[in-house]
Amino acid sequence: MQTLTNRAKPVDRRPMTVLEKLYLPAIAKGMGITLKHFFKKKVTIQYPEEKRPFSPVFRGLHILNRDEEGRERCTACGLCAVACPAEAITMEAAERMEGEENLYREEKYAAKYEINMLRCIFCGLCEEACPKDAIYLSETFAPANFKREGFIYGKNDLLIPDPKKEPEQYQKALGSRVKKS
Amino acid sequence: MSEEKKLFKVTIDNITVDVEPGTTILNAARMIGGDVTPPAMCYYSKLKNSGGKCRTCLVEVAAGSTADPRPMPKLVASCRTTVMDGMIVKNITSDRVLDARAGITEFLLLNHPLDCPICDQAGECHLQDLSYEHGKEGTRFEFQKRIFKKHDLGEYIQLHMTRCILCYRCVFVADQLTEKRVHGVLDRGDHAEIATYISKSLDNDFIGNVIDVCPVGALTDKTFRFKNRVWFTKPVDAHRNCSKCCGEVQLWMRGDEVFRVTARKDEWGEVKDASDGRPGWICNECRFDKKDIKDWTIDGPSKINRHSVISQGHYVGVKKPTDFLPEVMGGRGPKLLMDIHKVSEVNRPEIELSKIEGPAHSDDFKGSK
Repeated sequence: MQTLTNRAKPVDRRPMTVLEKLYLPAIAKGMGITLKHFFKKKVTIQYPEEKRPFSPVFRGLHILNRDEEGRERCTACGLCAVACPAEAITMEAAERMEGEENLYREEKYAAKYEINMLRCIFCGLCEEACPKDAIYLSETFAPANFKREGFIYGKNDLLIPDPKKEPEQYQKALGSRVKKS
Repeated sequence: MSEEKKLFKVTIDNITVDVEPGTTILNAARMIGGDVTPPAMCYYSKLKNSGGKCRTCLVEVAAGSTADPRPMPKLVASCRTTVMDGMIVKNITSDRVLDARAGITEFLLLNHPLDCPICDQAGECHLQDLSYEHGKEGTRFEFQKRIFKKHDLGEYIQLHMTRCILCYRCVFVADQLTEKRVHGVLDRGDHAEIATYISKSLDNDFIGNVIDVCPVGALTDKTFRFKNRVWFTKPVDAHRNCSKCCGEVQLWMRGDEVFRVTARKDEWGEVKDASDGRPGWICNECRFDKKDIKDWTIDGPSKINRHSVISQGHYVGVKKPTDFLPEVMGGRGPKLLMDIHKVSEVNRPEIELSKIEGPAHSDDFKGSK
């Protein structure tokens, strides 16, 4: 039979020799390999206690940003939803009423903002499209869930903690990539 | 008796066209179409006396006519200059024109706020198109932009004076379509603004057309305000029997909800002629009050230029595949692992945004969690 490549090796079908029939040398050889790995550097990490560093360009769970006064930056312009190749983002806009100026940065804001994490492919195009610096992909994963319902992320799941009211949680949410000023 | 009308021969960007005497250069260029046509922000073919204000349609006349082939010394506004026989016009072939147009665009954008994420006109804004096609990147203006006291123009029309470029189109609409004009341009220079003199609401039957005519987002539809973005709605041609107007409109729909009603537009962004040959202006009743699909007879989807953002997500000539699942499963539908409408808080059937008068507020969403 003609082989497709010249790298094919014929199977060795000779009967085993006495030394091979004993099996003991082969066992010792295998144990030796196992023993060698005891003294090697471990490749596993103990996950919850120990975490791998994220790449500086890692794209994880989305976060809806606030400005330095704690107002929501998103104005529901819909550019993230147009840019989204997976059509994971939907939103509904509303007009800011009098007395809500401390909540929303512009006169229009996203009353509802939803990302379907089952659809999201974490491409980061929404982050690129956003003209208001409102959406960012952070350094965390979307946590696992037993039900699909848990992957529809609303505004309460996505909004960053208020920098005025909860400064520590805000700093934590900012992550290590943000330049500390 | 019937003397044949002499046609003028004009050459615009090396393309020759025969036009009737009295045609403007802009209209001659529109007969050719395509890139040769200068952009126009203030000229509106359906409105008499419009044009000559924005200067975006400037062209270079390389030869005045066959009789007098001297070039015109300065760039001329093509919407106001009529053609002569043997005139040679340079538009995109002239560097002077392109440079001047970039300058004009920068001037128009000096006081125009960067509101596009908020503005309802975004996506169908002529100033957006102009700055993309003819403008320069960035601005050299580093001062405070104009700010105005807010004027209320009634329950239907929202005025954002900061976005206005003072094209006067809405003034001509009020003059030529309605019996009485109550708004106009007040003050001069930097302070010039569109307003009613002492707060009045615009409530004439045809005043809603100022929304269609406005090249920017200065005059927008209050009943559509912040409801949706233009490119997420699907434009559909529809008509109804209206005693006041032609009743031929464009519906901007999402599913079965009618979000907005506008007049039909032609390729220059101007109101199309209705089937009776007159300009298809529509009345306020059609525009603002008929937001139910049952009021309209649908003629079919509107043709949208495929380069427009509005055509995003619109698939033409697509056949919906037949749902074979119930057939093979003996009439039973597939068991869904998750019905998105049970979980999602957006697009809830009990909150019909198109039915809310004016923009939605936080209390409109109170019912949902």
